[in-house]
Amino acid sequence: MRVFLRRTASLLVSAVIASFVVFAFLSVLPGDPAEVVLGTNAGTQELAALRHSFGTDRPLVVQYADWAQGLLHGDFGVSYISHDPIGPRISDRLGVTCWLALGGMAVAVLFALPAGVLAAAGHRRPAGALLSAVSQAGIAIPAFLAGILLVYVFAVRAGALPAGGYTPLAEDPAAWARHLVLPCLSLGLVQGAVLTRYVRSAVLTVLHQDFLRTARAKGRRQWPALWRHGLPNAAVPVLTVLGLQLSAVLVGAVVVERVFVVPGLGDLLLQSVADRDLLVVQGVVIVLVVAVLVVNVVTDLLYHLLDPRLRSR
Amino acid sequence: MPSAHALARRPALTAGGILVTLVLALALLSLLWTPYDPTHVDAAQRLLPPGGGHVLGTDQFGRDVASRLMTGARTTVFVGVVAVGFAAVIGVPMGLAAGMSGGPLSALLMRVSDFLLAFPALLLAIMLAAVYGTSTLTAMVAIGIASAPGFARVARAATLRVMAAEYVDAARLARRTRAAIALRHVLPNIRDVVIVQASVAFATAVLAEAALSYLGLGTPPPTPSWGRMLLDSQELLFSQPELCLWPGLAVAAAVLGLNLLGDGLRDRFDPTLEGVR
Repeated sequence: MRVFLRRTASLLVSAVIASFVVFAFLSVLPGDPAEVVLGTNAGTQELAALRHSFGTDRPLVVQYADWAQGLLHGDFGVSYISHDPIGPRISDRLGVTCWLALGGMAVAVLFALPAGVLAAAGHRRPAGALLSAVSQAGIAIPAFLAGILLVYVFAVRAGALPAGGYTPLAEDPAAWARHLVLPCLSLGLVQGAVLTRYVRSAVLTVLHQDFLRTARAKGRRQWPALWRHGLPNAAVPVLTVLGLQLSAVLVGAVVVERVFVVPGLGDLLLQSVADRDLLVVQGVVIVLVVAVLVVNVVTDLLYHLLDPRLRSR
Repeated sequence: MPSAHALARRPALTAGGILVTLVLALALLSLLWTPYDPTHVDAAQRLLPPGGGHVLGTDQFGRDVASRLMTGARTTVFVGVVAVGFAAVIGVPMGLAAGMSGGPLSALLMRVSDFLLAFPALLLAIMLAAVYGTSTLTAMVAIGIASAPGFARVARAATLRVMAAEYVDAARLARRTRAAIALRHVLPNIRDVVIVQASVAFATAVLAEAALSYLGLGTPPPTPSWGRMLLDSQELLFSQPELCLWPGLAVAAAVLGLNLLGDGLRDRFDPTLEGVR
């Protein structure tokens, strides 16, 4: 319980600092939104009027307080360019990005758990060496490159899956799933390759523990012993990596959305950067950073829950 | 010179070394010579197949792919060296100071680096690009800032180990100043882990640079970069898929080489870790 309170408090502090950093970056640094909208030839009067309507003529502290207070109510302000409220635009796209990240993680786990356990169990055999080599190669291939390769194999050559685009789940579940397969695979296989290494070394460590030898001495066979005693112990270090990877996948989705033209948060972010719509950039970045922070804290808490040895501390 | 036998015993180090040397050699060679001008646009020479005058063919603007690949290597190496150097210059002194002083300064520095670690490099680069526009410099600064905490952590952990050694106690008793101890005793002894970290950070920087250029947020055209080449060739995936192959292979080979080199160096500096990972 104390751990829970402490982590939550540190999450809140980090989130406040993050919001401050993001705000400082995009508001204090040069670049006047009114000038971006009106162009450099605009008259002084027009600029002043527009600044007033944006509220960018107020002191920065007031602007920050206003923005941060809005955030707490889910109000991200109004876009300088399209004059739409930003909150609904972010929440529309957040769902798409969440599907991508969850699908990517599912692919990673489904690939890495069996592969890592097998590689550890047979680490002196060629199969183990082969898996190590595959995971080294996977680490070297960025998700967007994997995406391009997958498009080539499954969309161009096989014509089996769409090369890009997105259909909402509510509209057509089958089309939704077909559109998500390749983006999730490209996010997940790369992370899976990284995860395999950690699963393998966690299982290898457990294999040499006394309690596993005792279980074997009691007459349990290798696999049931590993399943009952080994894997729960191997899960603890793997979980930490999983948390880090979930945040990597959330951010990686920004790039993969561009490969597959998926209308998620990353697409909104890059579009706003191109339009220099700074308030939208600010909103999307803070959502992603807070998501990463939350994932880190939840991982940490799960870690304490899974490993009773850490509870007393 | 290590013997061939010694090299064969360290396949990771050897393979990584060869790949990294190859990329560096291509980058250096491109300063002096490329088969063609990598930015020369020639509509008559569009999409030529490999072979003939152009070893790897030409792209949709008639530019020589091999020349662009070589110049792209230069962009990658340049961004990587500057970003990693920047990160090391910030991170190593931070970690050294934290490790030597302990107490509140150490705690504060580690808090800052924890926070930076939670702040993804890509988002930092996108924010910088939104404010300052896209350039090689913003990409390098973003990658550098994002890589600094890694150096700080590694340097701090290694410094803590060194500070526990008897020769540091001896130096203290000899009334050496803290700066002298840092320079004469700590720095030389944490050099190895910093080199390994640099190799790993370089691999991450290559990946980040490729992703940023692919998103149009890195090195702006016409300067060739591997990420940009991938973006340009993606439109032609249905008709000229081999155009994606070369920049893709180049990125993967560079990252694989740097990671293998890092692993190999780690084993070499600390043989007790061999095969653990």
